[in-house]
Amino acid sequence: MSFLSAQNMTGGYGKADILHKCSITVEKGEIVAIVGPNGAGKSTAMKAIFGMIELNEGSVHLENEDINKLTPQQRVRKGMSFVPQNQNVFTTMTVKENLEIGAYLRNDNFSSTMDQIYELFPVLHEKRNQAAGELSGGQRQQVAVGRALMTEPTLLMLDEPTAGVSPIVMGEFFDRILEIRKTGVAILMVEQNAQQALAVADKGFVLVNGKNKFNDTGKKLLGNPEVRRSFLGG
Amino acid sequence: MTDAANALVLFSNFVLIPGLTYGSQLALGALGVTLIFGILRFANFAHGDLMALGTMFVILVTWWFQDLGISINPLPTALLALPFGIIAAVIVSILIDKSVYKFYRKRKSPPVVFLIASIGVMFILNGLVRFIIGPNDQKFDDGARFLLKFQDFKILTGLKEGLAIKLSQGLTVIVAIVVVTALFLFLQKSRAGKAMRAYSDNVDLALLSGIEPEKVVFYAWLIAGTLAVIAGSLYGLDKSFKPFTYFSLLLPIFASAILGGIGHPLGAIIGAYTVAFSEVTITYAYKKFLKYILPEKWEPDHLVQLLSTDYKFAVSFIILVVVLLIRPTGIFKGRVI
Repeated sequence: MSFLSAQNMTGGYGKADILHKCSITVEKGEIVAIVGPNGAGKSTAMKAIFGMIELNEGSVHLENEDINKLTPQQRVRKGMSFVPQNQNVFTTMTVKENLEIGAYLRNDNFSSTMDQIYELFPVLHEKRNQAAGELSGGQRQQVAVGRALMTEPTLLMLDEPTAGVSPIVMGEFFDRILEIRKTGVAILMVEQNAQQALAVADKGFVLVNGKNKFNDTGKKLLGNPEVRRSFLGG
Repeated sequence: MTDAANALVLFSNFVLIPGLTYGSQLALGALGVTLIFGILRFANFAHGDLMALGTMFVILVTWWFQDLGISINPLPTALLALPFGIIAAVIVSILIDKSVYKFYRKRKSPPVVFLIASIGVMFILNGLVRFIIGPNDQKFDDGARFLLKFQDFKILTGLKEGLAIKLSQGLTVIVAIVVVTALFLFLQKSRAGKAMRAYSDNVDLALLSGIEPEKVVFYAWLIAGTLAVIAGSLYGLDKSFKPFTYFSLLLPIFASAILGGIGHPLGAIIGAYTVAFSEVTITYAYKKFLKYILPEKWEPDHLVQLLSTDYKFAVSFIILVVVLLIRPTGIFKGRVI
């Protein structure tokens, strides 16, 4: 079984299901992108994997362990870490405090992890004593990812991390994602910017109406004329 | 020159020192309200009566100690009884949380439901206090009365006006400084304090970071209960203890918290002193003060009191209404109720 294996997920927020037998798998140290048109259930799939919505059907396994019944907090303890799309930093707290809260579950000394994050995102070190709410959108995104990395997760989940940031910042951000992957962390992300996301992804899942439409490597999906035509704008 | 000195002493005696004392008492109360709002997201109307309940415990233990002959003269015995009152009030707060608010938390009820529930709690605590200790005034201060006596000051300075500082006033300001410093160190430096700030800032993200809500809620009641008893006891030592007075303290306390920006601890303190000084300066009769600083022919022949002390709560009320109309987030950007 894959490192993360979400099989036949069916469920949604209310009575109406948004996901219909949707399956997502992630291998260790892989970057996986979930792409698709608006309302395809990308973020919902992500939330289902993280336990933020209940599934009517299907299962989620992490390292061969059934985590279906676990709360999001318990999943964090299992090595999953989630960066929400919005309100993903503590705006009234400093950058450093944001990172410290990220390490809340850790009882060991986390200063080396913090140093690694400062190395990855030098601007965070520079602004470590500034309130996160005073930072720009791109910098906040770095704080958000930094916070999520403080638990030293094995699977980092990003919900539309580049929404609302400029193309240059987006490019830099994907470079950082590749850096993070080098440390052995698997990354699962939902992306609006499908083209750029698939370019860095090892694997992509194209969702349409809560169902898997295409699953393939990032490169092959980018090269697939049907995918290009319907989702990547030609 | 002596006139100016006399005027200053007069002003200190009747405005500055009482305002500082009252402001410190309000600040401790408003901090509790603002903290509960920050963590549990509702305006706790039972806070005034929690203050009354805690103070009642302090009074009962004080009387018991007095019977046993235990004292820490010249300090008031109530100071010795304070920890017992705090423990009792915190236990009551947590029991109420477990039996009332937790139920609504589980159902994810909107804040207004919590607010109404807190009014219910307010009535229960109110009744409980009146049932146990009665609705009347209770005096429980003992030990030395003054840090600085009126006559002593006059003899010392040779001025016509005297300055008195009651022990309870000095105690209030010192205890408030110590407690507020400890609270800010806790919130800024400790792991639990940071978790509380994170939870207050962004609940969802705090949960994603593994912060346990029940633990944060426990700390919130622990701190709010402690602050309530300290504020209530200091107020009782300074003035007197009467359950109804504590209930009506709710208005200036809420005015302070909202003026400063609810959910914002520093705002609560600044709000409290603003409300206290507004009340004291507006209800003070300036006749004597003006006599010292104005030329003889401008001497006022009436009291020059803007508002009778009977209406002092109107000051808080006006501040509350004006803030809610003009800047509902308060001085520091707090949350909008």
